[in-house]
Amino acid sequence: MAALLPELLSLASGTLRMATPLILCAMGGLFSERSGIVDIGLEGKMLAAAFAAAAAAAVTGSASAGLAAGCGAALLLALVHGFASITHGGNQVVSGVAVNMLASGLTITFGQAWFASGGATPALPASARFMTVVGGHNILVLAALASVPLTWWVIGRTRFGLRLRAVGESPRAVQAAGVSVAGLRYRAVLACGLLTGIAGTYLSLAQSAGFSREMTAGQGYIALAALIFGKWRALPAFGACLLFGFVDVLAIRLQGVAVAGVAVPVQLFQVLPYGLTVILLAGFVGRAVAPKAIGLPFVGGR
Amino acid sequence: MRAGGTLPRWAELGLVPLLDVLCAFLAAALVVLAIGVSPLAVLRAILAGALGDAGALGYTLYYATNFVFTGLAVALAFHAGLFNIGGEGQAILGGLGTGLVALALDRVLPGWLLLPVAIAAAALFGAGWAAIPAWLQARRGSHIVITTIMFNFIAAALLVYLLVNVLIAPGSMSPETRAFQPAASLPLAHDGLRALGFAAAPSPLNASGLVALAAAAAVWFTLWHTRFGYRLRVMGLNPGAALYAGIPIGRMTVGVLCLSGALAGMVGINEILGVQHRLILNFSAGYGFGGIAVALMGRNHPAGIVLASLLFGILNQGGAEISFDIPAVSREMVTVIQGLVILFSGALAGFSRPLARGLLAFAGAALSRRAGAPASREG
Repeated sequence: MAALLPELLSLASGTLRMATPLILCAMGGLFSERSGIVDIGLEGKMLAAAFAAAAAAAVTGSASAGLAAGCGAALLLALVHGFASITHGGNQVVSGVAVNMLASGLTITFGQAWFASGGATPALPASARFMTVVGGHNILVLAALASVPLTWWVIGRTRFGLRLRAVGESPRAVQAAGVSVAGLRYRAVLACGLLTGIAGTYLSLAQSAGFSREMTAGQGYIALAALIFGKWRALPAFGACLLFGFVDVLAIRLQGVAVAGVAVPVQLFQVLPYGLTVILLAGFVGRAVAPKAIGLPFVGGR
Repeated sequence: MRAGGTLPRWAELGLVPLLDVLCAFLAAALVVLAIGVSPLAVLRAILAGALGDAGALGYTLYYATNFVFTGLAVALAFHAGLFNIGGEGQAILGGLGTGLVALALDRVLPGWLLLPVAIAAAALFGAGWAAIPAWLQARRGSHIVITTIMFNFIAAALLVYLLVNVLIAPGSMSPETRAFQPAASLPLAHDGLRALGFAAAPSPLNASGLVALAAAAAVWFTLWHTRFGYRLRVMGLNPGAALYAGIPIGRMTVGVLCLSGALAGMVGINEILGVQHRLILNFSAGYGFGGIAVALMGRNHPAGIVLASLLFGILNQGGAEISFDIPAVSREMVTVIQGLVILFSGALAGFSRPLARGLLAFAGAALSRRAGAPASREG
């Protein structure tokens, strides 16, 4: 029993480390999607942020400059998505695909042009990374943890949050109340950009010591799955992120280990988040209902 | 998307989409400028790399073949109002299906019998992988966009699992199957041309190219000359009217997505039967997502898709060569261009409408000035 406790603790902190980018992205996606803007571009924003953060940290030697650059890159892509979806009234899924492809191509294009090592950035010294540890946890992990109650409070308990939820369900009612639909949605999309920016910075400046090509490896999509799995609510989405993070840790721990005489394929763990989300969406366990006005461009007038 | 009203039909259908694409390429030129390279030098290198000699042209057409398949897959679903982002996964399953048939039967059946079966298997596997998300949307109400995204990842993991644990050739260090017998190879274009007496440079272009053209013609015929195609377009234009007219939306959703998935699955025959002659990892290489750019740029019309595929084939082949000429430019520049085309021709479609309006007004004023000038001189 005494030997089990440290093992459990290490499992828990490993889960938290794996879940950190998922939590930040899922909370970001929650702002966007509850305001009625579909965001399948979480992956792209996080990837762009990871690259910008590592590139800025490599050039300036400062982790905070990296954080600023990371958030800046993600906010820029969020603005592109916002302009296409809100101002232009374009297809939000198409815009999200574009954001993901742009991030995937631009990070390697600029990486190759600037650092000439196949899209990767140089390895960063500890001084240029986020290594500050508070109570045994990296400060960005704590930021992710703090983002959950913050999101819950902003969405559920503030005037802004009330309006944001209203604009995701019935934008016409919000317009009739004299509040700008576009203004609210832009703020939601930018909040998403900021949070995905922190997530990307965590990947390249805390979890790793630099950027490598396609380093997000689908985690943005897993965060999207967690958001849907959590039925577009902060606390359940947080729970889903922890669950998917735990699955990740298990996949690493159980690699090559036979359970009841059968080697568990690591791919089974990798697809678990996606499979569970498909099953949930199909209504086989519970029901996930999206915000009513999600994905619909809002055209003003009466 | 927005009521413009004042533009003539030809400008709305031709000029605006053309200007949208030009905007995308202009933005790409800005990216190239930002990394300190001349866009004209890049353009010249791409064209030389893609069209410079017969071998390069063969590569360009081989890449274009994949884009025709996935572009048609996306466009067919678009016409029905469905967004199939699952082309990547369906292409993987198509390759898996055709590879399994080749592995099982290449020592049993002669080529003329084996190849049609293997091609049918690619279509069937692709269709099956698309049918599940379609059925889930039709019967269980889960959204096709999210489910097809999830299915892309599941397909990729499935292929890795099968190649690493089940199908790997005995003694092989890399996750790939044994090489197929020659019976399972699609005829190569340069072999065909040489048999006809032409000198032809070797390239991976194979009979799949003809299959792609036939598929484009078949999609055109289906969309505009069959009852199924009519129902499909009604469903895309106005689902309410389709329901009222008694069109079975659920069954149509599954049917359309099956055809779409079968088309995407055809990437498998070009790659596995045409070029690799064994099942490998990552042969779908982003064609599923590239198909979205192709469909948007080709305005969802088979002829437009063939043209857009040629352009993306040129970019792919030229992009592969460019890093030899200009080391600062990586081939991922092509992904950037695809993303920009999806942005400007898709999410921002009609973005250049004010520009088109301005151009037309300018041209109109210039014409009337020229027409009016002699008249005033006479007076």
